[in-house]
Amino acid sequence: MATPSSEPAAVTSGGFLLGCRTALTSVFAFVISFTYIGFGALCHDYGLSMGWAMLSTALQWAGPAQVILVTGLAPGISLIETAVAVSLSSVRLFPIVVALIPVVRHESTRLWQLIVPVHFMAISVWIESMRMAPRLARDQRIAFCNGVGLTLLSIGVIFTGVGYVIQALLPAIFAAGAMFMTPISFLVSAARNAKLLLDKLALGLGLAIGPAMAFAKVEFDLLWTGIIAGTIAYGAHRLQRSRGRSAAS
Amino acid sequence: MNFPMEPYLALLLIGFLPSEVWRWLGLLFGRGLDENSEIILWVRAVATALVAAVVARIVLFPPGALAAVPVEVRLAALGLGFLAFLVFRRSAFAGVIVGEAVLIGGAAALAP
Repeated sequence: MATPSSEPAAVTSGGFLLGCRTALTSVFAFVISFTYIGFGALCHDYGLSMGWAMLSTALQWAGPAQVILVTGLAPGISLIETAVAVSLSSVRLFPIVVALIPVVRHESTRLWQLIVPVHFMAISVWIESMRMAPRLARDQRIAFCNGVGLTLLSIGVIFTGVGYVIQALLPAIFAAGAMFMTPISFLVSAARNAKLLLDKLALGLGLAIGPAMAFAKVEFDLLWTGIIAGTIAYGAHRLQRSRGRSAAS
Repeated sequence: MNFPMEPYLALLLIGFLPSEVWRWLGLLFGRGLDENSEIILWVRAVATALVAAVVARIVLFPPGALAAVPVEVRLAALGLGFLAFLVFRRSAFAGVIVGEAVLIGGAAALAP
């Protein structure tokens, strides 16, 4: 179905502003501030410039990849090795983007309109987008994602600069607290989004299988955990659905 | 030279590109799929499990400063943070604040 031609531009900007507001009131505004204060301080310690640190947040927008890059730029470490490590740490961006696209696009969406929201995609932005976008009219969803993404990315860039400047004032324990922001916020907000058995099982199994894979020193442990735990969760979801169907008939 | 280009070139070539390529690939693969298709349900489950795996890895094999906090404290902070999330009507803020408080409090209490 074509989108109604009578839709004024105001509706789209409504989606954008709603995205900004959603981002500002989400736990991630708070989490990203502290995470990137930690990253800014790290860049200062490694002798990089403040402009570089802020540009890294704007361009990479993937916490683990940024930390790997900064620590991997030290002399004596192969640049190829660092590039591979950065790339492997960002594989998770692939499935989240694949899962997002069918939710936000409509038939008249052009490829270039998706380049920007796709750059904003990180687990935080994805979680907020997947939670809210299905409640919006389809033609507002891309604008909504842009609002969430631009707001959180801006917060990240600003607080990278803040962390760089106040680095000397931070107590050592702060760095540990800043790093813990990522796992605790991912866990509770992914749990909040988990409505179906599919999501709950995927989350629980990922928490159980992830450490097993890592302890066994399996290569690409994150990827394997995602595929194995995700497939079991999906299988259970199908089983539950077919049982529900046969019970109903 | 006052403005060395090397770190910026490194940022672009070994920071931005190897990471961004996954977003572009995701866009190319996701474009042809239907929101309610079976494959999208499976991909969503895989993505969610990957998020859980990232959580487990950072807590069990932490980078840098977090490694100085004992593993028992890290696990307790994650568990109690999740408990607080459930108790306070699924509030992500409650989970994060309680988790951080346990982590920092525990690390401070156990510090030599």
